[in-house]
Amino acid sequence: MTSNKTAAAPEELLAAPDQATQNQITQEIRDLHDEVARREAEGETVPSTMWNFPPYRSSILRHPTKNPRLVDPETIELWSPAYGQRDVAAIESDLTLQHTGEPQGERITVQGRLLDSWGRPVANQLIEVWQANAAGRYIHQRDQHPAPLDPNFTGAGRFITNDNGEYKFTTIKPGPYPWKNHVNAWRPAHIHFSIFGSGFTQRIVTQMYFPGDPLFALDPIYNTIPRQKDRDRLVGTYDHDLTVPEFSMGYRWDIVVDGPDATWFEPEGDH
Amino acid sequence: MTARNLRDLGPKTHEKTPGQTVGPFFAFGTVYPKMNEVVFPHSPGSVRLSGAVYDGAGQPIPDALVEIWGADSEGNIPRGRGSRRRDDFTFTGYGRCATTDEGGFVFWTLNPGQVDSRAPFFAAIVFARGLPDKLHTRIYLPDDQDLLDADPFLSSLTPDERATLIATRTPDGNLHHDIRLQGEKETVFIAF
Repeated sequence: MTSNKTAAAPEELLAAPDQATQNQITQEIRDLHDEVARREAEGETVPSTMWNFPPYRSSILRHPTKNPRLVDPETIELWSPAYGQRDVAAIESDLTLQHTGEPQGERITVQGRLLDSWGRPVANQLIEVWQANAAGRYIHQRDQHPAPLDPNFTGAGRFITNDNGEYKFTTIKPGPYPWKNHVNAWRPAHIHFSIFGSGFTQRIVTQMYFPGDPLFALDPIYNTIPRQKDRDRLVGTYDHDLTVPEFSMGYRWDIVVDGPDATWFEPEGDH
Repeated sequence: MTARNLRDLGPKTHEKTPGQTVGPFFAFGTVYPKMNEVVFPHSPGSVRLSGAVYDGAGQPIPDALVEIWGADSEGNIPRGRGSRRRDDFTFTGYGRCATTDEGGFVFWTLNPGQVDSRAPFFAAIVFARGLPDKLHTRIYLPDDQDLLDADPFLSSLTPDERATLIATRTPDGNLHHDIRLQGEKETVFIAF
């Protein structure tokens, strides 16, 4: 039952074998988005993120060929792991304080609310974030981008939403990141988010982007989301009211976890 | 647990935030001590759930993240906090494992009990580099054939599809379950 194959080293998998040009990739993205628009016009429901998105080359062998089966959630799936302030330390929400010195780059705060599909706050849930440094370099050993590491920046943090579903963290604005999906491939600056809702069905991992990034139209990952209005939901908003004088720039980004169509409730007196 | 008690909240008012791939470099943001030890390894009643994640060419996926969430042995929904900072005795029901270079994952946990008299299973989610969004699936316990046969979701599947969702009990009492994102024996994934 155990595979006896020798696995490829993970870093060898990072470069797509065909190394297409950016123009080819951009055209493939446009064609797929056009195809989705046609299918929707014909009445088909297309998910907000496409699993099968060949311009993102490593998805070719990693997407299911069948649509997921629509099922009624079982009870366990309507609940989520319980988190609390004991799971994280307050300092873990400030990515600029993890080392002895100040990291290089533009200090920012990101603030927002975690909501469900009915706009209700999701309180006491875990959000984890990770990102590249200001030069676009990840601390991960397999990142071979020859930009400098920052001895004062790791780029990972975590926090628990408060009673109003609010979160806030301080970090450095990440730089664009080169990868090997195709020739001259660059990811728009982004922060990875891992989010728990109040039900396991609501769990998501996603990425937050920054407004006005010139790389949006060129990026196959951002464009795995075929509809512009859905892609817009991943872009934070610059909010001058969150900017702190002589200290940091402020961005706002609200997160909405999906469904299910009905949720558990605890009848009164059942505690 | 008592019977399911669902409340209709009416039409959704907020559009969801779309998912994105976990990317290649998730380890430094998501890996933490004992994350795959839902119970203390080898403790009484513990079971090892292991397997591997494969791509459409049958190759192991070395940069996937697998998560499980399940009831305790009596079928109670865990409400204990501390999945991210384990105390080694609170059963939180949740575990996470990043795959090895051979695509492997391993969890130490409990056999989930029946909830609502249904066939017991682990709820599972797979994330990976190259996988643009999460995939939900279930890992059913293989032990009670009558319950499996009676399950409405499993009954809606072909025998081959059903087999992709049911773990194997190894002779030493542990569980083995592989997940195939694509290809022959492609795991059945679910949406809600």
